[in-house]
Amino acid sequence: MGLRSFFDRIEPNFTKGGKYEKFFPIYEMVESFIYTPKTVTTAAPHARSYVDMKRIMTYVVIATIPCILFGMWNTGYQANSALATLGPDAMTGWRIAILQMLGITMDPSSLFGNVIHGFLYFLPIYLTTLIVGGIWEVIFATVRGHEVNEGFLVTSMLYTLIMPASAPLWQVALGISFGVVIGKEVFGGTGKNFLNPALVGRAFLYFAYPASMSGDAVWTPVDGFSGATALSVSASTGYEELAANGLSWMNAFYGVMQGSFGETSTLACLLGLGFLLMTKIANWRLIVGCMAGMIGFSLLLNLIGSETNPMFAMPWYWHLVLGGYAFGMVFMVTEPVSASHTNVGRYIYGALIGVMVVMIRVINPAFPEGMMLAILFGNVFAPLIDYFVVQANIKRRAKRHV
Amino acid sequence: MEELLSLAVKAIFVENLALSFFLGMCTFIAVSKKISTALGLGISVMVVQAITVPTNNLLLNGLLKPGALAWAGFENVDLTFLGLITYIGVIAAMVQILEMVLDKYFPPLYNALGIFLPLITVNCAILGGSLFMVERDYNFAEATTYGLSSGFGWALAITAMAGVREKLKYSDIPDGLQGLGITFITAGLMAMAFMSFSGVKL
Repeated sequence: MGLRSFFDRIEPNFTKGGKYEKFFPIYEMVESFIYTPKTVTTAAPHARSYVDMKRIMTYVVIATIPCILFGMWNTGYQANSALATLGPDAMTGWRIAILQMLGITMDPSSLFGNVIHGFLYFLPIYLTTLIVGGIWEVIFATVRGHEVNEGFLVTSMLYTLIMPASAPLWQVALGISFGVVIGKEVFGGTGKNFLNPALVGRAFLYFAYPASMSGDAVWTPVDGFSGATALSVSASTGYEELAANGLSWMNAFYGVMQGSFGETSTLACLLGLGFLLMTKIANWRLIVGCMAGMIGFSLLLNLIGSETNPMFAMPWYWHLVLGGYAFGMVFMVTEPVSASHTNVGRYIYGALIGVMVVMIRVINPAFPEGMMLAILFGNVFAPLIDYFVVQANIKRRAKRHV
Repeated sequence: MEELLSLAVKAIFVENLALSFFLGMCTFIAVSKKISTALGLGISVMVVQAITVPTNNLLLNGLLKPGALAWAGFENVDLTFLGLITYIGVIAAMVQILEMVLDKYFPPLYNALGIFLPLITVNCAILGGSLFMVERDYNFAEATTYGLSSGFGWALAITAMAGVREKLKYSDIPDGLQGLGITFITAGLMAMAFMSFSGVKL
């Protein structure tokens, strides 16, 4: 109990009237990270539940673990495969130096070697995100006097997982700063924003630095190697060509392809989804809506067909496994703050995103990937959907009691 | 028909007057506090836009263009320099009529819109619609479609904005940013979401 008594001893310094009153949010952050908060409800009604904000956010982070692990392996695998084809000349940079120093193999068939290589790409990006974003969180919490919220753990993890592995660290820092400050803190912190902060940061980078956030060269972090994402291959030549490039549907489902860190594997995302649904953190209505919108609209486009645009023919099960669709659906569509809050609204909101993602991928040649913008678009309309659902309900009930 | 449809989609989403050209910002920001009012204003703008753009199109092709007065015997007269004043005149007249109609039939909406209803006259989105029509050389059918759909796009944007702002009532916005500041930031973030359409070729 040494730690507990240490906290108890220093606590008076931070509470009202203490020496370091201003830094209470930092104390609170560390304390509530280690121990369950002591605060209890004082006024009725008393609903007993152990699911507080801390638990929700921790569960989401736990749900991303399959994506993280698989993302590390995949990044390492892609890098090692690229190195294997390019030969020893391409072996430059500090990561290679570390691997060589430790004698870790760079053979793409070695599970361990791939994971370690991917880890060396994951860690700097994640640390940068945590440190830079964390500093902003603490500054705002100290100045504005609210608590540092666990929500940032989720934001930082999701943000890292939607970065390309070769993203320069200063851009990572810039993006998370924009996401945390403009996407969240100017509205008052976690739960008060209307857009997903991780996506705001990512979209900001996407429009500000398209060269290092999209294209063919950014997904595999090896200089001189360019591999197009499966979506841009299908946008230019049609999804049938993917098989010719050695990407079967099963491989795409497992996630062995080019893409951002955590988003390639549909299987890993579905594992996370199972966990989120089991713990009731994610609302299944959002998932149903999102799937229905995506399947319905892509079937419609299949039916319409197009001579010039091969994306029209892409079936829904390919839309599901390529790009960020699965990741976005599991971790971002289900985010309770920026989604619709009414049950009927959730179906509509999900469907809107599902339709939008297919529309952007198919009809908009500027963006082969569509999930990020589709979710932001859905976020913008979520409050409006709620409003109309509520109004319809009021009208229906008013009619009943004439 | 297909061309008109793609023109409509383009005017609503790709070239949204409010969120990609940032036209009509003054009313967009001032009247977006409540969804019901914003919806009313959006519909008013849509109606005015749907009437004025085709009317101005007729005036342009029937009176102002070089050679348009040939039916009256003036082959060489070019009245396009009167364009701006004509369009504004038409818009002002339309807004007056709309105001009277609203006053008579929808008094609550009339009262809620207040000063912003007459201000539709000088709403840059409305004049912008007419000027885009001139610049892009639309024919009558295109002008009608463009007027209606660009007005609809503006209405959609202001209603979405009002929805977000109603949600932001529960936010804890820093003192310095309350009111206009956060609204501008919100408009910027919304414009980023609307970027998803930029580049769509129809």
